[in-house]
Amino acid sequence: MDLANFLIQLLNSVQYGLLLFMLAAGLTLIFGIMGVVNLAHGSFYMLGAYLAYALSSQFGSFTLAIVGGAVLSVLFGLALEWLLFRHFYHRDHLDQVLLTFGLIYIFEEVRSLLWGDDVHGVQIPDLLAGSIPLTETLSYPVYRLFMSGVCVVLAIGLYLLISKTRLGMKIRAGAFNRDMTEALGINIKLIHAIVFALGVALATVAGMIASPISSVYPNMGSQVLIMCFVVVVIGGIGSVRGALISALLVGLVDTFGKVLLPQVAGMLVYMLMAAVLLWKPEGLFKQ
Amino acid sequence: MTSTLSSRRLVLSRGAALIGAASTGLLLPEFARAQSSKVRVGLMLPYTGTFAQLGVAIENGVRMAIAEQGGKLGGRDIEWFKVDDESDPSKGVENASKLVQRDKVDVLIGTVHSGVQMGIQKVARDSGVLTLIPNAGVHAATRALCAPNVFRTSFTNAQPTLALGKVMVERGHKKTVWITWKYAAGDEAYEGFKESYTKAGGTIVKELGLPFPNVEFQALLTEIAALKPDAVACFFAGGGAAKFIKDYAAAGLKGKIPLYGSGFLTEGVLDAAGPAAEGILTTLHYSDALDTPRNKAFRLAYAKLYKAQPDVYAVQGYDTGLLLVQGANAVKGDLANKQPLYKALESAVIDSPRGKWTMSKAHNPVQDIYLRQVEKGENKVIGVAAKALADPGTGCRMAA
Amino acid sequence: MSSPKANLETLPRSVQFALALGLVALAAFPFVGSDFYLQMVTRMMILAIFAMSLDLLQGVSGLVSLGHAAYFGLAGYALAFLTPAGEPVNLWWTLPLAVLASALAALVIGIFVVRTHGIYFIMVTMAFAQMVFYLFFDNKVLGGSDGIYINFKPDATVLGWLPFDLENKQTFYFFTLACLLGVYAFLRRLLWSPLGRALAGIRVNEHRMRAMGFATFGYKLTAFTVAGALAGLAGYLWGAQTGYVNPELMGFHMSAHAIMMVILGGMGNFAGAIVGAFAFEFLLHEFKDLPTLGAFNLGKHWQLWMGLFIVIVVTFAPRGLLGLLSRLSARKENAAPRPTRAAAPATPVVPRKEGSHA
Repeated sequence: MDLANFLIQLLNSVQYGLLLFMLAAGLTLIFGIMGVVNLAHGSFYMLGAYLAYALSSQFGSFTLAIVGGAVLSVLFGLALEWLLFRHFYHRDHLDQVLLTFGLIYIFEEVRSLLWGDDVHGVQIPDLLAGSIPLTETLSYPVYRLFMSGVCVVLAIGLYLLISKTRLGMKIRAGAFNRDMTEALGINIKLIHAIVFALGVALATVAGMIASPISSVYPNMGSQVLIMCFVVVVIGGIGSVRGALISALLVGLVDTFGKVLLPQVAGMLVYMLMAAVLLWKPEGLFKQ
Repeated sequence: MTSTLSSRRLVLSRGAALIGAASTGLLLPEFARAQSSKVRVGLMLPYTGTFAQLGVAIENGVRMAIAEQGGKLGGRDIEWFKVDDESDPSKGVENASKLVQRDKVDVLIGTVHSGVQMGIQKVARDSGVLTLIPNAGVHAATRALCAPNVFRTSFTNAQPTLALGKVMVERGHKKTVWITWKYAAGDEAYEGFKESYTKAGGTIVKELGLPFPNVEFQALLTEIAALKPDAVACFFAGGGAAKFIKDYAAAGLKGKIPLYGSGFLTEGVLDAAGPAAEGILTTLHYSDALDTPRNKAFRLAYAKLYKAQPDVYAVQGYDTGLLLVQGANAVKGDLANKQPLYKALESAVIDSPRGKWTMSKAHNPVQDIYLRQVEKGENKVIGVAAKALADPGTGCRMAA
Repeated sequence: MSSPKANLETLPRSVQFALALGLVALAAFPFVGSDFYLQMVTRMMILAIFAMSLDLLQGVSGLVSLGHAAYFGLAGYALAFLTPAGEPVNLWWTLPLAVLASALAALVIGIFVVRTHGIYFIMVTMAFAQMVFYLFFDNKVLGGSDGIYINFKPDATVLGWLPFDLENKQTFYFFTLACLLGVYAFLRRLLWSPLGRALAGIRVNEHRMRAMGFATFGYKLTAFTVAGALAGLAGYLWGAQTGYVNPELMGFHMSAHAIMMVILGGMGNFAGAIVGAFAFEFLLHEFKDLPTLGAFNLGKHWQLWMGLFIVIVVTFAPRGLLGLLSRLSARKENAAPRPTRAAAPATPVVPRKEGSHA
């Protein structure tokens, strides 16, 4: 592998890692702050992709679809939290696993009823549809750079939100000691609702943004879900920084693994996770 | 000590009140089934999950064919039974048994997914029930594990790619990179390609594979660009195929390195793939745009009946229906009359929308494979890649 | 089932009676059931053994494994590799060997896995199961994604005498029933043994157990290995009955279904695992067979009903079906609650702090 090739593969790793991060960030937030393990997170991703398809066909504009979809997903997240998840914060992880597994079934069927089972495509807006030539044969799609950009902006936004704003302060306090925070007069219920909606929105928007290049098809959430969990666990549950580092790590291992060690490529990421957990049983950046 | 007493009592405890309640349903003695005048047809197809659309298309095709031929099998009415195979291989035997043992079907039609098909094949071979395969291309079904009661109306995974190699060499592509998912279907497609391509004088520069159903192609597309082959040949299907086509174009490889594939690359995904698919050449035993009167009539009738456009899966389902009707008519509906039934099925000539085809000794279609090119969102047929191509049927005792 | 404290370990009389009834029904079934349902109930019993093995981990020891199916599938594959294409293999040495293989795998993986806790344990067990899955899925030598056939059921000949023929469906049913009862008796014994009490203590409060001098790692590893071995027994039977093994047997869905069966029935007493397995499979069967109402095919959308059922159960019946049953009958009996065993602590329940998820 020559230098140019190596650099491009590096770019591929980073781009894939950033997308994983966007998904994992929502999951790790929800888990870290409310202690809820959510297996249905992949379903949000799928919902996002189908929303992008449905809304962009409706509005004729991808940008409008993203905006509309983001708003819808926040509302959906709030509703779901209020209806179901709120009652499961104090329950055992096992119950949460069961609940969210049941939700996966429900979401799949709802999707099937609403939008059918076909494979669909979403058009990339013309502005972003080009490719930048990197070598004489290979070009890099502008849209992927755009996606990575969005993920980076989101990462920075999350960081600023959590560490520099009052809301972020309350969130961190609530994660550290819920009862004390409540005793100080902070509406912890509202905080939880906001965090949950944020997590759902992150996953849904990730699905929307990824839809032009991933296509939209049934069951697209399940593969990405497992990857997502691996990322969250390696990074340390509750740590957004951990999710970022670990997502990039997973991106690297997956990308280079496919090229250099195709025979074990399927197992590599899991081996990575096992290795990290053996060294640091609670993930790299456990708070 | 109470623990020994309760554990002994508990040793006797079993099951659940629920079982008691449930068993009342299951305990109802099986009344001897009077010889029904209806033929029991069992469909085992994916009605949920990734392949749900294919299941629907196949069933539509089967029903349409039988309806066109009079709606009866050898003069007898039909009773339909359906089971969702969920594309889950671990449930293959269980689900097939539902149809064969519980519903006692006379003929089993299924399925799409090769892993599930292996389960069906086991039940088929053990029970001897007439089994028609409307899609799954797993080699074993008409090779090592072939059986007199199992017939396939679709293809083997190697057939489309067996026709691909020569075409690519003839077009001047002497060095090719192959890429697919690393699972049985991908391996079998590669088998066909390797044989035909190397036989025609081509060299496979590298064989790339990624874990199924991973769709992160970027790493391997970069590899391909670095290798600079004359062409790329592949096998992908469904959502993954659409993504591959789009990623391939976005990586700037489209136009620089021609993309070829087993026809499934461009089946049912051209809408999703968009303009990125233009110009891709594939080989398959059918094309929507096949310009024959037979195909045109079929497509018109199907669209009228189901308000949707048929695809290769619908055609395969349709041909399954035609085959079944031919066989049933030959034995006047007495599907238990196995020898004449099998003979009729083996010697059947199916007047299919894909063109006329016959059964190989191993019970797989001997059919023309078309060369198609994507033009304006359609798979235009630009030639015949291989005429009357038969799967080798290696290891099948019947083909010996 | 949510409270880490009181499991339903001693079954109330009403539940015991219902279970006894169920046993009678099971024993009588082969004489009235048809071939298909015989096989279905056999399969349910195999899954019940699988669920019980997971209950040892999950219900008794508090270790939630999302990768238990790996040991289930491995034993099935062991039988597949041991059975030649043209003839059966002997039951009496392949069964122990397959169980041993699963136990060994559980032991090795357990050494890596048991040192983690909580959600990490869940994830790393899943990771190892996925690794095993891909090992078999990606390698044609091990059968690949198409799986392997087992053409003959194991042969029970011992020293030239054939006590029973497993090819006979009824015989296989009773053999499975015997295994089910054996595993149940074994596990109930285990539950009240010092090992079982230690595991229950570990579930309730591991730190306290360690402070008392228990080598918790060793206990947990033992539980993990025994559970793996029993899952192997179930997997062997599955392979023998179905005659076909494929990587999905070791997959994520299989593991998740096992977890659901255990939770559904009620954890910690093994009878719940059996109830859960039967209930889950039965419901799946029923939902898929729902008729078509008008234009809406209820059966096609079985996933919706299954999902709703799971959500409803987990929301309103936290102790599973057995818990529900005992709650209903306790209300009827109006009796004082039975004295629960050592596991119920005298110490007050400490509220779980969010954010500090061990």
